Amino acid sequence: MAKLSYAKALNRALRDELTRDESVCVLGEDVGAGMAQLTLGLQAQFGPGRVMDTPISEQAFTSLATGAALCGMRPVIEFQIPSLLFLVLEQIANQAHKFPLMTGGQVAVPVTYVVPGSGSREGWAGQHSDHPYSIYAHVGVTTVVPAMPSDAYGLLVSAIRSDDPTVVFAPAGAMGVREDVTRDLVPVPIGRARIHRAGTDVTCVAVGHLVHEALAAAGELAGEVSVEVFDPRTVYPFDWPALADSLERTGRLVVMDDSNRSCGLAGEVLASAAEGMRLIAPPARVTRPDGSVLPFALGLDRAVQPARAALVSAIRSVMK
Amino acid sequence: MTRSLNTPAELYGRMRLIREFEETALRLVKSGDIVGGIHPYIGEEAVAVGVCAALADDDLITSTHRGHGHVLAKGADPARMLAELAGRTTGLNAGRGGSMHAADVGLGILGANAIVGAAAPIAAGAAWASQRARSGRVVVTFFGDGGLNQGVLLETMNLASLWKLPVIFVCENNGYATTMPISTGLAGSAVARAQGFGIPGETVDGMDAVDIRSAAAAAVERARAGAGPSFLECLTYRFGPHHTMEQRIRLSYRPAEEVERWRLRDPLVIQAARITPQEREEADARAAAILAAAREFALASPHPDPADALDYLYASGMRGRGGEG
Ligand SMILES: Cc1ncc(C[n+]2csc(CCOP(=O)(O)OP(=O)(O)O)c2C)c(N)n1
Ligand SMILES: [Mg+2]
Repeated sequence: MAKLSYAKALNRALRDELTRDESVCVLGEDVGAGMAQLTLGLQAQFGPGRVMDTPISEQAFTSLATGAALCGMRPVIEFQIPSLLFLVLEQIANQAHKFPLMTGGQVAVPVTYVVPGSGSREGWAGQHSDHPYSIYAHVGVTTVVPAMPSDAYGLLVSAIRSDDPTVVFAPAGAMGVREDVTRDLVPVPIGRARIHRAGTDVTCVAVGHLVHEALAAAGELAGEVSVEVFDPRTVYPFDWPALADSLERTGRLVVMDDSNRSCGLAGEVLASAAEGMRLIAPPARVTRPDGSVLPFALGLDRAVQPARAALVSAIRSVMK
Repeated sequence: MTRSLNTPAELYGRMRLIREFEETALRLVKSGDIVGGIHPYIGEEAVAVGVCAALADDDLITSTHRGHGHVLAKGADPARMLAELAGRTTGLNAGRGGSMHAADVGLGILGANAIVGAAAPIAAGAAWASQRARSGRVVVTFFGDGGLNQGVLLETMNLASLWKLPVIFVCENNGYATTMPISTGLAGSAVARAQGFGIPGETVDGMDAVDIRSAAAAAVERARAGAGPSFLECLTYRFGPHHTMEQRIRLSYRPAEEVERWRLRDPLVIQAARITPQEREEADARAAAILAAAREFALASPHPDPADALDYLYASGMRGRGGEG
């Protein structure tokens, strides 16, 4: 049985898609050398025309990918830092995302944006530790946050094949995860959740690397509370029917989300559940604090991130 | 409508068509048939027509907020363009784009763009795709003098020069970014900026379609030969307001004598001097007839159904949740 690492899974997805489809190409900073591990070996195999190093001009190369996509290419962009997604919000949210509607359906913009090492990397401080998936979900850009290597593979493949711009967040906290892979790696459909652990008392929705925290918390509480661990995998479009199903079983909800609290994904999940799903107790959420900036010192960085201990108490509180 | 732009009369005819289009659109803004107003191109017609005259049918352009001239010069149907401005289903973009987003991808028009400077990297990307496909297609990106101060445009010039992309940067220097004179907005010079990136740049009389066409033709040839981008600064002037909202709020930021002086260099008058009076009359009559029919077509076309407001949002056909209930 092979152990697949998360970074290797992304690398395999890129290699497979570059092989399968001539129109796929990769753009980014230091992708030739493979600094973020995603593109290791790809430039040697596919050449510098398909795995292309760019100068540090994110705004230009992000929209350059849009223009290339309008002409039949399927570019994949690798961003070195999650906060670069603030820098290119104009190019993704205001240009790529809007082109199909604004042109009355004349075009598609099949570009994939990959952010390896999103969220806190521990010790990288304020400007390298953001996790802006809720912002992209809010705007309506397809946004996936895989927790497991097999999902990282399958969702990156689906993102590349999607006709719409898609952001793939690969959380720093998940990049070290390895998974026993017994079956062939396959595309994972966008917009489909995955239940990692079945339970009957509480549905715990956790995003990205926090899925592993939720699984650990569910393990800790075993015997006391039966926790269902629900991984949306795609944060936009969210798999609402699957959540409703899960709440039919449990009726209780806790969300663990690496977004700032106000206007973050967790708020949306709670609101949607409150509007139309089965809840027998007030729900709870564990998030970053309102408007937070991750401080440098390790203890402070961790203090601002959603923590397992807080999740355990939130789960206990909804059981009361 | 013929797309060929070869003879002096055809150049004049296309400029006249654009002028007539803008005058018709201005009336429809006044009457309320076009909501949101427009950025009129009147006075700058020679730039769009001169540049597009140097392009082949399958070459591409990106345009700006002041984009009607570019879109029409590249061959878009004036009737569907006017219907787009009036928000009708028969519009180029099915009424989803309006004045600032008109596109006809089949004609190589990758869209007007409402964000200053934002289309330049999109054009460069199209040029990159063309280079990779060895299609020989050249891409023109139009932008104003104001666009020269957008970082993304400068980033794009660097990439285009490094990668020898077949893209032509056409700066329509009409002297103002909204109300800001270029002298207060631009350090150095436009052409020197391009030259700083190793891109050959030239300043041309933006009121003379023939001059512009020759300069553009040289740039097109260079791009097709694989020698990379060029930069054209076209010195021009808008005769009217920045935007039609100036019909309601009177702003004074240009001396009246300056406007008058530039009006003496009307690009249509300059081009008319190169053709016979009969050719001119015929072109004027043709443009008037085309626009009369376009107006009728646009105003008789259906409004989109509000139930379809978010059609086309996702190319994959995905539908999000509604906003009610
Ligand atoms: C990035 C950006 N900032 C501000 C605006 C608002 N705006 C629209 S047109 C314009 C002036 C543009 O001037 P210029 O590029 O010279 O084009 P012109 O209007 O003269 O044709 C401004 C500031 C915008 N559309 N995009
Ligand atoms: Mg200007």
